[in-house]
Amino acid sequence: MPDTGTSDAFVAFERVQKSYDGETLVVKDLNLNMPKGEFLTMLGPSGSGKTTCLMMLAGFETATHGEIKLDGVSINNIPPHKRGIGMVFQNYALFPHMTVAENLSFPLEVRKIGKSEREKKVQRALDMVEMGAFGGRRPAQLSGGQQQRIALARALVFEPELVLMDEPLGALDKQLREKMQFEITDLAHRLGITVVYVTHDQTEALTMSDRVAVFDDGRIQQLAPPDQLYEAPENSFVAQFIGENNTLEGVVQEVKGETCTVKLDHGEIIEAKPVNVSKAGERTRVSIRPERVEIDKSRLGENAHTLKATVREFIYMGDIFRTRLSVAGNDEFVIKTRNAPDQVRLRPGQEVEIGWMPEDCRALDAT
Amino acid sequence: MTDATGADKFTGPTPDNALRQADAESGPVLAADGTPLKKSLGRALRMQKIRALALIAPLLIFVLVSFIAPIADMLFRSVENQIVSETLPRTTEALGSWDGEGMPSEDVFEAAYYDIFIAAENRIHTRLGSRLNYELTGASSLFRRSGRGLDDIGEVYQDQFEDLDENWDEARPWAEIMGSEDWIAAQEEWDAADEEGGMPRFQLREGAATAFPNAAQAYLTFARFTQTEDEDSPLEEEPWSMVHTALYQDLAAEDYASYDGPRAGMVQAADELVASPDFQTVTFADGFAEIDEDWATPEIWQTIKLYSPNYTSGYFLNAVDMQLTPDGAEARDADEQIYLFLFKRTLFMSLVITFSCIALGYPVAFLLSNLPMRTANVLMILVLLPFWTSLLVRTSAWKVMLQQQGVINDVLVWLGLVADDSRLVMINNQFGTIVAMTHILLPFMILPMYSVMSTIPPSYLRAAKSLGATNWTAFWRVYFPQSIPGIGAGSILVFILSIGYYITPEIVGGTTGTFISNRIAYHISTSLNWGLAAALGSILLVVVLLLYWAYDRIVGIDNVKLG
Repeated sequence: MPDTGTSDAFVAFERVQKSYDGETLVVKDLNLNMPKGEFLTMLGPSGSGKTTCLMMLAGFETATHGEIKLDGVSINNIPPHKRGIGMVFQNYALFPHMTVAENLSFPLEVRKIGKSEREKKVQRALDMVEMGAFGGRRPAQLSGGQQQRIALARALVFEPELVLMDEPLGALDKQLREKMQFEITDLAHRLGITVVYVTHDQTEALTMSDRVAVFDDGRIQQLAPPDQLYEAPENSFVAQFIGENNTLEGVVQEVKGETCTVKLDHGEIIEAKPVNVSKAGERTRVSIRPERVEIDKSRLGENAHTLKATVREFIYMGDIFRTRLSVAGNDEFVIKTRNAPDQVRLRPGQEVEIGWMPEDCRALDAT
Repeated sequence: MTDATGADKFTGPTPDNALRQADAESGPVLAADGTPLKKSLGRALRMQKIRALALIAPLLIFVLVSFIAPIADMLFRSVENQIVSETLPRTTEALGSWDGEGMPSEDVFEAAYYDIFIAAENRIHTRLGSRLNYELTGASSLFRRSGRGLDDIGEVYQDQFEDLDENWDEARPWAEIMGSEDWIAAQEEWDAADEEGGMPRFQLREGAATAFPNAAQAYLTFARFTQTEDEDSPLEEEPWSMVHTALYQDLAAEDYASYDGPRAGMVQAADELVASPDFQTVTFADGFAEIDEDWATPEIWQTIKLYSPNYTSGYFLNAVDMQLTPDGAEARDADEQIYLFLFKRTLFMSLVITFSCIALGYPVAFLLSNLPMRTANVLMILVLLPFWTSLLVRTSAWKVMLQQQGVINDVLVWLGLVADDSRLVMINNQFGTIVAMTHILLPFMILPMYSVMSTIPPSYLRAAKSLGATNWTAFWRVYFPQSIPGIGAGSILVFILSIGYYITPEIVGGTTGTFISNRIAYHISTSLNWGLAAALGSILLVVVLLLYWAYDRIVGIDNVKLG
């Protein structure tokens, strides 16, 4: 999805900075535009500033500098309760002294909505998350997954156009998490709401989002749809952070349009796609995804690049085989092969020749 | 197994029913070695239980011996009343047949004469006097006077017997009339030996008890008393006037012309004297009236009769401003009522103190729980700082602050808010007590509040705000209900502490700011009416337990969190 201009962006961060102690910036010069209806995920390691951004948007933190706009209006000085933004908290924050129905009714009550309409809306929201029969329960009587649904319903019951979610699935087990991921995206698209979702789980980010903003060190490192993010990381951090990645370090020898040659520290010379290298002599980190490496040369094209490798370890993982190799001085080089009937199973110590297409090999910054 | 859904013929085979059926067929579950599992488990846990018990045993024993037992003993005094029947055994018996109307019969006076005479010799009649004084003002001095005055009755007879024969004033003849020969011999030997202790115990002469039913008994009491209490020889001590009175009674009742015991001539002469019309007598009733005319009114006798049982509800009735009368329990006159008023005042002031503590403590606890840990810890030390100084110092400090020439009044006068000649009275009254006690008990409110509030995640308030609640609504609807357990715990603590508080009201309470506990202390240490103090204490204990119970029913004790 292309970046929309500031004028018609639904949510906009403009040159936003945030510092807690007046010495270091937690968020450094953040610019972000979101169109209406988008599901955007803020992904990053802890301390990268993503939750701070969310809290500034919700109004619980004030920006030290810059402007945050909602539907074209600056909301910097609007208190949180007037922003009309739905929010799902990390530990759900369901009010323990109220029943489920009372929890859902709360945002409607403070909006002075009549009793009968309130009840209708509460029931509709509960039905929406398939919890219609649980209105009379207390949050403590619900399982984690059920609490999660109620928290979601509560954030949606007053029909906000923007919903923020702060690692909402962090406390659930894997299976439930996958189910809820699907349900949340489905619900968001059905209702047409705009969602800002914060997580440190890259799988969650890739499967749920329209776009992902990868945060590190207070900056957005890359803002792109999941496929672009995975296949075309713009820098080493993104390449490392998203998915598994093999890196080989070396020096750029020559840049020729869409290809460049890199002399690896181990001596081999390979071809790669220059992403953020521009001239010869620069140090670079070449990155190749494990599933793009082949051990069967017949499956590769003509101009495939091959290197000798020694098998270190073979791990059977059911659907795939994971093989760790020594390649060009890197002992942590991993390849993944599909568990097909004709697939070879390598043994440790075996010498093989591996290959990949030069366009799958990206020369990134060396930092 | 108790299960709401019992096996029934309608549900048919459900998993529950199947399990239950299996249970019924196989009986109790067995452990691997064939013993019932329950027994086996019990054996496995026994060692743990014994160890747990052994760990708490020292404290348990210490508390039992040093705390629970004394309290139980003290509370028992609120109903205990043996002193009357122990001191006046004959009188209480004689009063049993008295209906309480008019004056009791001569028998009662006679019994009272002997009882009080013996009690006076034992010097315990004043104790009974002060006991009865709690119920009837003046009883104390009445008994004190009577202890001395009863001799007047006996001396009427003693003097006349002495005038007849000087031997009646001697120890030896009496001993011979009453004592056995063996005893006299043994006593003489002991007197001569001049030993310490081991005095031969006085024995009545055979036949003396039948010859002189009253006098023998009286002499026996005198002789034994002389031997044990005074450690003197009855051979050398002339008997009490009481014995002469008893002798007169015997001589008046029987004819001693045929008496052939020791000193027969002396006894027969006395008998003739008693029979002669010149012999002066005095009834016991007149004798008592002579000592103090209060004895001639029914009240004292009614009081003795009312309090003759071993256990009494009198202390408790007193503690609730009632009194025991022959017609049952009655409320005291309005101007004599004090304890109910004091109980009410204690409850009222404790409530005021509790609410002041909530009002002052809640914001502090709220602030502390919302600050970063480091700052909160520093401020918490400030909250706990008062514990580092003595309670007396803090209370006295309030005295300095609040008195009329004190700091606060000085400042107010200096500011011109109060005229110098109308300085505020802020100490030695209720206000002073409430201020000082609120200050002293405040930490007990803040600590449980803080410990509850610090467990409320800030995300609740944020969630409420994100849902559209204003700061106030978010606080009132979401935060406050969750902090109630802290308020509850703090309130129970402060209320129960303040309801029994003693030192501070004693120092700064004056007359209008004292608590029921000050009254209890007064009865323990000044008026020495321990029974009443125990009754007041018991009532206070019951009130606290009732409040605790009510609190448990309304709020639920599970909701109280102290940390």
